[in-house]
Order: sequence, then C-alpha cells, then structure tokens
Amino acid sequence: MRHDAERQRSFTRRALVFGGAQVALFGALGARLWRLQVEEGERYRLLADDNRISARLLMPPRGRILDHRGRELAHNIPTYRVRIVREQARDARATLGALSRLITLPEARQAAVLTEVAAVQGFRPVTVRDDLSWDEVARVALHVPDLPGVILDSVDVRAYPHGEALAHVLGYLGPANATDQAEDPDRLLRLPEFRIGRSGIEQAHDRELRGQAGLLRVEVNALGREIRELSRDEPTPGRDLELSLDLDLQRYCFERLSGELAASAVVVETATGAVRALASVPSFAPSVFQGRLHPGLWQELRDNPRTPLVNKCIRGQYPPGSTFKMITALAALEAGVSPTARVGCSGVYGLGNARFHCWKEHGHGSVAMIEAIEQSCDVYFYEMARRVGVDAIAAMGARFGLGQPLGLDLPGELPGLLPTRAWKRQRFNQPWHQGETLVAGIGQGYVLTTPLQLAVMTARMCNGGRAVRPALARDHGAEPPGTVGVPAEHLEIIRKGMRAVVHGGRGTARQATLGLPGVEMGGKTGTSQVKRISRADRQAGRHKRKDRPWHERDHALFVCFAPYDAPRFAVSVIVEHGEGGSRTAAPIARDIMRRALELLPPEAAPALTAQAD
Amino acid sequence: MASLPAFREPRQHLGEKLAALHWPIVALLLLVGAIGYLLLYSAAGGSHAPWAWRHGVRLGVGLGIMLAIAMVDPRVWYRLAYPAYATTLALLVAVELIGAFGKGAQRWLDLGVIQLQPSELMKLALLLALARYFHGLHLDQIKRPLFLVPPVALILVPVLLVLLQPDLGTAVMLAAGGGILLFMAGVRLWKFALAGAAVGLAAPVLWSRLHDYQRQRVFTFLDPESDPLGAGYHIIQSKIALGSGGLWGRGFLHGSQAQLSFLPEKQTDFAFTMLAEETGFAGAALVLVLLLALVLLGVVVAIRAASPFGRLVAIGVTANFALYVVINVAMVTGLIPVVGVPLPLISYGGTAMLTVLIGFGLLLGTDLHRDRTLGRFPGDP
Repeated sequence: MRHDAERQRSFTRRALVFGGAQVALFGALGARLWRLQVEEGERYRLLADDNRISARLLMPPRGRILDHRGRELAHNIPTYRVRIVREQARDARATLGALSRLITLPEARQAAVLTEVAAVQGFRPVTVRDDLSWDEVARVALHVPDLPGVILDSVDVRAYPHGEALAHVLGYLGPANATDQAEDPDRLLRLPEFRIGRSGIEQAHDRELRGQAGLLRVEVNALGREIRELSRDEPTPGRDLELSLDLDLQRYCFERLSGELAASAVVVETATGAVRALASVPSFAPSVFQGRLHPGLWQELRDNPRTPLVNKCIRGQYPPGSTFKMITALAALEAGVSPTARVGCSGVYGLGNARFHCWKEHGHGSVAMIEAIEQSCDVYFYEMARRVGVDAIAAMGARFGLGQPLGLDLPGELPGLLPTRAWKRQRFNQPWHQGETLVAGIGQGYVLTTPLQLAVMTARMCNGGRAVRPALARDHGAEPPGTVGVPAEHLEIIRKGMRAVVHGGRGTARQATLGLPGVEMGGKTGTSQVKRISRADRQAGRHKRKDRPWHERDHALFVCFAPYDAPRFAVSVIVEHGEGGSRTAAPIARDIMRRALELLPPEAAPALTAQAD
Repeated sequence: MASLPAFREPRQHLGEKLAALHWPIVALLLLVGAIGYLLLYSAAGGSHAPWAWRHGVRLGVGLGIMLAIAMVDPRVWYRLAYPAYATTLALLVAVELIGAFGKGAQRWLDLGVIQLQPSELMKLALLLALARYFHGLHLDQIKRPLFLVPPVALILVPVLLVLLQPDLGTAVMLAAGGGILLFMAGVRLWKFALAGAAVGLAAPVLWSRLHDYQRQRVFTFLDPESDPLGAGYHIIQSKIALGSGGLWGRGFLHGSQAQLSFLPEKQTDFAFTMLAEETGFAGAALVLVLLLALVLLGVVVAIRAASPFGRLVAIGVTANFALYVVINVAMVTGLIPVVGVPLPLISYGGTAMLTVLIGFGLLLGTDLHRDRTLGRFPGDP
C-alpha cells in the first residue's frame, strides 16, 4: 500500500502537470486566435473580400456615326449566337447533335465545341456558333425550352451600311492590343469584346464613340461562379457623332469616281471648311476587317498598285501641277508684280543653257496674269517664279494650307511638301538651282499636295481669305478661322482668272460649265508629270503618246469653287494617271459640284455657319 | 493469466449508476456535438443535408454507446485490454496487406455497413493495453529500463504500421498518446529526453522515408505563400477565413470564405476555421474553453480514480482528446503543418467521433467505478 500511495502521489503530480500543460497549450491557441482574428482581422477581412468580390465591366453600346442630316453611316446591329453551358446541358454531345438539326453545325465544329466545353468550368458558356441567320434564330428559339443549357443571345456588331463609299472616312474597329492598353488607361480596353477604332472617324473620335464602361460587382465562389449581384453601375453609352458629310453627295462622288482606276475627290464648305464629301477610289469593303482577316485578300489589298487601303484624299501626295499656279501668282502680286504686266510666251523659256517648255508647244503669245491662269501658260509662271523666288512661293503656299497637315479629324493626314532653299540644303545637302524654282512655280518638281489641301486652298482663295480648316465632325475645330493675309484685290484677280478657266474664251476647262442657269464656277486644271520628260522623249514625241504604261501617265487634277458670286463649295479632284486635268478631272469635278449645289441648297448653309461660329 | 479479482463492492443497480454518472461531462459532450451540428448545417449553406443530420444521428448513437460502455465494470476492459490490442493490431496488418495488394493508401476496412479505420481503434486499444501493463507494475519496476521494452514495443509497432499507410497525423497522435501514458505511469523524465534525442537522430532517416506529399506539407507549412494556389492554398485560405471573422464573427451562415467554398474541407478538418469565421474570436474561444473544460474534468476523473488502470485509462482518453483538439486547432491556425486531424465532435466524420465517445465511455465508467482498486493480481509481475 505504501507503494500504491507513493504511486498515486506521483500520478497526481504528473496529472496536474499534464492539466497545467493543457491549460498552457489551449491558452497558446487562444492567443493565436486573438492575434489572427482581432489584431490582424482587418487585413484578413480585406483578403476575404478580395476573394469574394469579383468586378465585371459592362460594355457600353458604341455611338452611331451620322451624316449631317442624321442618316446612319455606322451603327450597331445585334447578331445572334448560340452558346452552351455544360452543367445545365446534361449531355453536351446530345445537345450539340440536337442543335445540328436546327442550325448548320459541321462535325468538326461540334468536336471543337466539345473539347472546349470539357476544358472550361461547368458554368461558363461556350459559343457553339455565332452570326445565326433569322431562320436559324427562329428554329433555335422554338426549341430552347427543350434544350437545357442552350443559350440564345445577341452581341452587337458594328455595321457600315454604305460599305465601300465610306470605308476610308469611317475606318473600322479592331480588338485593343497591349500597346493600346498601355497608352490608354480606360478599363474598357481590358474587355475582350471591346473593339477600338483602328482608322478613320472610328479612330479619331474613338473616345466619344466608345462611351464608359459600367461596373458589375458580383459575389463569386472559389470556382468563380457568380452567386449574386452586389451592385451595378450601368455603362454610359457612346455618344452619337454627327458628321458634316452628306451621305448622298458622298455616294455620288464615290460612284462618279468609280469610272476611274484610282481617283479621289474632296468637297468642302468654303465658309467653314466643313467636309461634305471625301471620296477615294478604289475602296474596300469594311467587312474585310471584321472577324478573321483572310490572308490572301489582305495581301491583295495591300499590294494592289491602286492602293485601295489608302485614303488618297489625305494620304495621296501629288505634284499639284497647274493648280498650284494661283499660289505663284499670289506670291508675284505680293512681290509687287502688276497683274496687267505681260509676259511673252513662245512655248519655251530659256534660263542659262536650260530650256523650259510651255505645255502649248507654239506658245501663248503675250499674256497678263488673268489670261495666264485662264490658259495655264507655263512660261508666264516660270517668269513669275523666277522673279519672286521659291521661298516666297512656299510661304504663300503655306498660308493657303499647303505643305502641312490641316488637322482634319481623320488619322494619318500627310503634309505634302513645299520645297524651300533651306529644305533642299537640309534634305540633300545641295544648293537650290534656279531651274527648280521655275519647276516649282508650275507645281512640279518637289511640290506635293493632297486633294484635301487643294480643296482647302481653293476654299481660302474664294472665301475672302479666311484660313478655314477642314473638319468632319460638327464640333471639331470650332474656333473661328484666321486670315491668309492676302489683300482682297489680289484674291479677286485669282478668282477672275479661275472664272476665266471655265467661262473664258480660251479657258482650259470651257467644257466644264455647270449648266445650271445663273450659276458660274471658277476652276483650275492641272496635269502633273509623274515621269520626267527627257529631251529625247520630247524630240521623239513620246511625252504625248497614249501608249505609255498606266503608272507613267500624268495625273489629272481640277480644283473649283461655285457659285462664283457667292462661293459655297470648293472641290478638288485628282485622277491618278488620268492624263489631262481638263479632259478627265474637270468633268468629274463639275458633276460633283453640280450635285453638291443640288443636294445642299443654300438655305441649308446658315445652320452650319451658325454651328461653326 | 490470473482469474478475475473478486468484487469488493456490492453490485450497483443501473438506476443508481445513471444517477452517479458524471453528468457535467456528458452535458459538455452534448453541447460541443450540438455546436458541431449547427456548424455543419451552416457548412451546407443552411441545410440539414448532407452533413448535419448524419452528424446528429452519429452523435446520438455515439452518446448511447458511450453511456452503455460507462455502465460496464472496468474489470471487463481490463480483461479485454490485451485481446483488443491484438485484434486491432491484426486489423492494422490486414489493412496494410490489402493496401499492398490494392492500390495506394489504404486506411480502412470496408465492412459493408461501416468503414472501420483500425488506426483510430488502435488509439483506444493502445491505451487500454498500456494501462493494463502498468497497472501491474511496482513503481520500482517502472523505474527499471528493462520493463520499458514491452510498452515501447506496444507503442512503436502500431505507429510504424500507421506510418506505412501512410497517415502522419494518426501516427503522431498514437506516438504522443503512448508517450503521455508512459509519462503518467511514472517513467522518468530523462528517459523521455533520451527518446527525444534518439528521434532527433532518426529524423533524417525518417525524413527520407516520408512520402512526397507529406514532405510537401511540411514545406508548405514553412512557407505557405510560396504556392498560394497549390499546396499552400489550404493554410492561406484558412487563415483568411479565421482572420476575417474578427472579434464577433461574420454571422451564422455568413462566413464568405466557407460559404463560397474558398475554405477547403470546411466540414471536416477545417470545421474550426468555419466556426471562427462565422462566430469570431468570441465563438472560437468559447468552444476552446468548453473543450478545455472537458480535458480538465478528464484530468480530475483520472486523479480521483483509485486504481492505476482506471487512472491511466482516464488520463489516456483525456490526452487523446486533447491531442485531437490541439493538433487540429494548431493546424488550422497555421501553427503546425496540415496533418489531417479532425476536431472531434465538431468535424464531420464518424470514426473520430466514435473513438472519442467510446473513450469518454471508458472515462465515465472509470469515474463511476472510481472507488474500485481492481486489486493487484497474483499472476502479474
């Protein structure tokens, strides 16, 4: 019993030690809980919310693009698609089989869908097919109640109902890439279904058109399944964008130009610079850039020598040829040359050992400024250019918007080129030759202009010297224009010369009268050389031959404004390799001008003017 | 083996026994089990199915078995101790063999009606066998190293078998439970130090024998953030759930981590986490206090028992229960690696609850018959 008592005391001692140890251990666990739950609770609470709450962006509908009368140029149309949710469709394979009896669904597509269905989480929808026809939508809609797990819904797709005629102006949309996302913090860009403007108006006015993303906060479980909606901020739809463009005139321009291989036309309001039409031929179907791009088609579009992907109105840079002569004339007037001073033209102009030819082989005889413009006498302008120098010509050209991007709300406008002595030294490290001044004086050599610049130049010449800037969206560049700083009497001489081109007895565009009673037009033809004419060519008469390859033929240009008394529109037309401004370009420009005057009668003008002021 | 000792006390009636039962322990067990029921109801998103109602049924059946066992005279358990150990050991070997011929880890025998997990039963069988062994020894004998060979063998054989399964958590619990029993039986402390040193030396060998997933658990425990979506996910999510509970919890049925399935195994090993998320520190601490009360009451029962067998059984059951709680809570709070030990009476799962309740049956029986010394048996050494 002594042993037992001792043993019991030992046990009791040790049992108390054990009990004490348990109290200590439980105490430690309690302390650990205190630390995690109370001291660090806030932090873990945030982590739990991070787990729990998933934010989803909601796509706003993109704004429409309208013409000045509110007609739709770009809008969104729903396209229908069929999707399948695995965990609701008890047997995905059987469901797809049932669907294949309702819609076109090749075996290969079914297999691909089954693979994807097996790969994603059970509650995530997988697209079976999109772009369903109406018949297919109707058939699927009828059977949806019998097909668990099948979702029929719609997504917005951008539509351009007028296709090629507006493809260059409107541009197209594409998925936002990493560069876009780096440059633009807008969270919308992170949405996979978001499409960003890739060219044209869609790009230039993307921010107005795209709207603002909505935000849906949902509670999700560990698998990402949405349990319930916590809050919803509706997206702000994109703003509808109204353009100054006239749909009918634009389509007319496009159709009228389509008779040519490659051409472009620009119509602007002389008072405001608002662009009424901007057409470039050939064009492309905007659907080319929707969905998957066919590589062969892309190659063909890109390598086509007629450059269908290029908006020639703003990216085609051509020597302006004789349409540039008004600039030379204005530079001469500013230098003090009398408009009545006469220059004798014998068909050739000598400078040192060099001979510079007039387009008219046997010369125009004695011409003053207005006659020189009317007949487009090269020799007269050789002389004027020699007198004022190339830098004065370039400075005058710049005042009329040449040699610089004009800030039209379309991306990719090219500047053209007004050569100066300094430019040549910098560019080629060579001195300027006087012969180059003569060539520049008739808009050849280094001088390059875009059709848009020529239209704006013409507008500034006939609107009293207001330095209007071109714009497509109504409220773009609304600040009042400055002035070109040329005396009104100088501009009046130019206007008279341009009127004579169309209405004068010897005008180079006599056949281009509008044919509207009481409406006169001022204009100027231009024919710009693409290939330099060598002396040998000239002697062989090759420079006039019609059998030159297309790409070596001269460009045909025409700029005009009308009505003469109260100029409303300025139009420029360039037909690439069209050979003669008076023969090819002038009739087109005349037709466009007539159509513009018919479609946009003067009473429509004040509204736009009021908007611009 | 000697014949059964004679009863010193007169036989008690069942009614008297029930009246003399340690009701506070029964009430605590019922309370904790009921908390488990509510928790499983919440784990199912506010539904009695699939876990809560079965938990309730098991709790009821388990408590019945416990009371029945408590009524039985401890001498029955004394007599059954070695046969029970031998049977359970045979079952462990059987499981091992089936596992070897089958595929992968095998931890239970499918008896059709229930799945029997011999490693859980071994916790009870081991403590009964050890208690019986030490019951017959003098304190002087216990102090002699030679007498330590049989009990150490009794512990090590099942521990090694369970390690082979492999089930690290149960092996640790068996070894720790056995060790505590040796300590309570009076084995000298320096011998534990020696054993500790031996384990320390054997650790590298043991490490090389660990399965990849077991090593991964240790690595993950040491740095859970290194693999937040993989192996560390359990610990990180568990800590987030615990922490976000705050002082007062996120409300019954409103723990986002558990309700939204971020918390893995919320109905079994991580049930305590869910409790702490939904009821906060207040609720978790309360449950800890209840569990500690059970442990301390167990210690009191052990101290009060007259026979060495009874004392050792009672302290062994208590130690086993405490080990469950401490290992589980330490695991879900990120203090030790995830070893897959449930929280008894709260976690969903039959075997652990049954083991614990059978154990408490023995403990309550010990308390009921605490005055019986069982005597010293002539045939025992």
